[in-house]
Amino acid sequence: MSRFLDVTRAVAWRTIHNFVTNPAFFLPSIIFPLFFFTAFAGGLSSVGDVPGFDFPAGYTAFQFVFVLLQASAFGGVFTGFGIAADFEKGFARRLLLAAPNRLGILAGYALAALVRAMLVCALLFAVALATGMRVLGDGVDLFALILLAALVSLTATFFAAGVAFRTRTIQAGPAMQMPVFVVLFLAPVYVPLNLLSGWVETVAKLNPVTALVEGGRDLISGEAFSGLLVYGLALALVALFAVWAVRGLRKAEAAG
Amino acid sequence: MSATLVSQVAQMARRSILQTLRQPAMVIPPIVFPLLLMAINVGGLDAATKIPGFPADSYLDFAIAVPFVQGALFAAINAGSSLARDVETGFLKRLAMTPMQRAALLLGNLSGVMVVSFFSACIYIAAGFIAGMDFAAGAAGIPALLALAVLIALGFASVGAYIGLRSGSGEAVQGFFPLLFVALFLSSMSLPRPLIEQDWFRAIATWNPVSYLLEGVRSFVITGWDGVALARGFGVAAAIAAIAITGASVALRNRLVRT
Repeated sequence: MSRFLDVTRAVAWRTIHNFVTNPAFFLPSIIFPLFFFTAFAGGLSSVGDVPGFDFPAGYTAFQFVFVLLQASAFGGVFTGFGIAADFEKGFARRLLLAAPNRLGILAGYALAALVRAMLVCALLFAVALATGMRVLGDGVDLFALILLAALVSLTATFFAAGVAFRTRTIQAGPAMQMPVFVVLFLAPVYVPLNLLSGWVETVAKLNPVTALVEGGRDLISGEAFSGLLVYGLALALVALFAVWAVRGLRKAEAAG
Repeated sequence: MSATLVSQVAQMARRSILQTLRQPAMVIPPIVFPLLLMAINVGGLDAATKIPGFPADSYLDFAIAVPFVQGALFAAINAGSSLARDVETGFLKRLAMTPMQRAALLLGNLSGVMVVSFFSACIYIAAGFIAGMDFAAGAAGIPALLALAVLIALGFASVGAYIGLRSGSGEAVQGFFPLLFVALFLSSMSLPRPLIEQDWFRAIATWNPVSYLLEGVRSFVITGWDGVALARGFGVAAAIAAIAITGASVALRNRLVRT
């Protein structure tokens, strides 16, 4: 167990250090969520006046939850880019040789992605509150929302890590990014589920991300929250993609 | 244009078009991604048509303008990356040893992405009609819309060419893409400017030239022949193209200096 923790700590520290000290990694992670928040909450605020749109905390809070979960997910995807880059540079292969417990490598990357997601969440919260976002949920609700963002980040990290371990090239970037982008945008992004129409409504009803986004919105507006469904689904997704990532790690080991 | 220049443009254009068509990564994303984003937005934002004052009954009629501009952003990246690769591989340095004229090199290099842009615009129009778009300008509006789409693509491709020639780095060109994406999102892309509630956002959208490109394209679909919207759309696209081509020519002259 101590070997696992040693590897986890070392990989996480290196990844976080690279993230924090390299503006090319750090700035896009911060700027993009802020930009999406500005574009969606600012540019689309009159969508909140559509008949049938009834979100107590207002359109800014409605969009904030989506951007928060999107930023958390993309933090995980960017971590996948980092894993692929480590393979291209040969560092990951040396790491596989040196690490006494290779599961610690995956755990280290996941821990770094969590730290990264929490940094971005804190910044997003600060900007949203400073610009007048209304929060109707209490402290427990907000903690639950942050926990949900952390689970989304873990899911995306394990998905992207699984792709990165299998392909071991940064050219697989679109294969990590596009599915996450598409599955996020096929949830109710701009309006609640009941105001969606056409094929997007059908797909959104089947999309598991819909439950996560709507659960997050319930939390920020202090409304009744079906925790069992939302956290059950989030944990199931984490478990599913953790298996995907571990099997990917085994494939990377086998590839040598 | 002299016969020599025409011949040189044709040679460079042939190379550029073949180079573009042989790389699926330069052809598929400009067609697929804008249509995908539009399809998602049409389903997600259809309720916006219920906002009093919204200019169309269907959000598709409003949103169909976005792929034309988003496709042009891909043209910028493709043109820039292609020229940056020519700088990185030393192709431009070798060309500097020949009697090739600068204009031929630039025009020829832009040809490949312009061909993709033209076909992308045709596909956007076809996809719009298949999805049930009402096209207010009638049949005569289609060639005019294609002309505007190609002019917009030329403007952005020239911006990409300027960046590619100036930086000489494909990575720098790719890094510029988010900025172009920001310009698209901070425009009247999702709602008409009068319906944007936040004053600061409406002010940015009003100053943002991308809004006028979108509104020019949109006018063909929603209002028919709207002189003001078309004058602004064609005018802004032509201005971007003129400024960027001038900048790219200067950057190319500096790149081709014989040392």
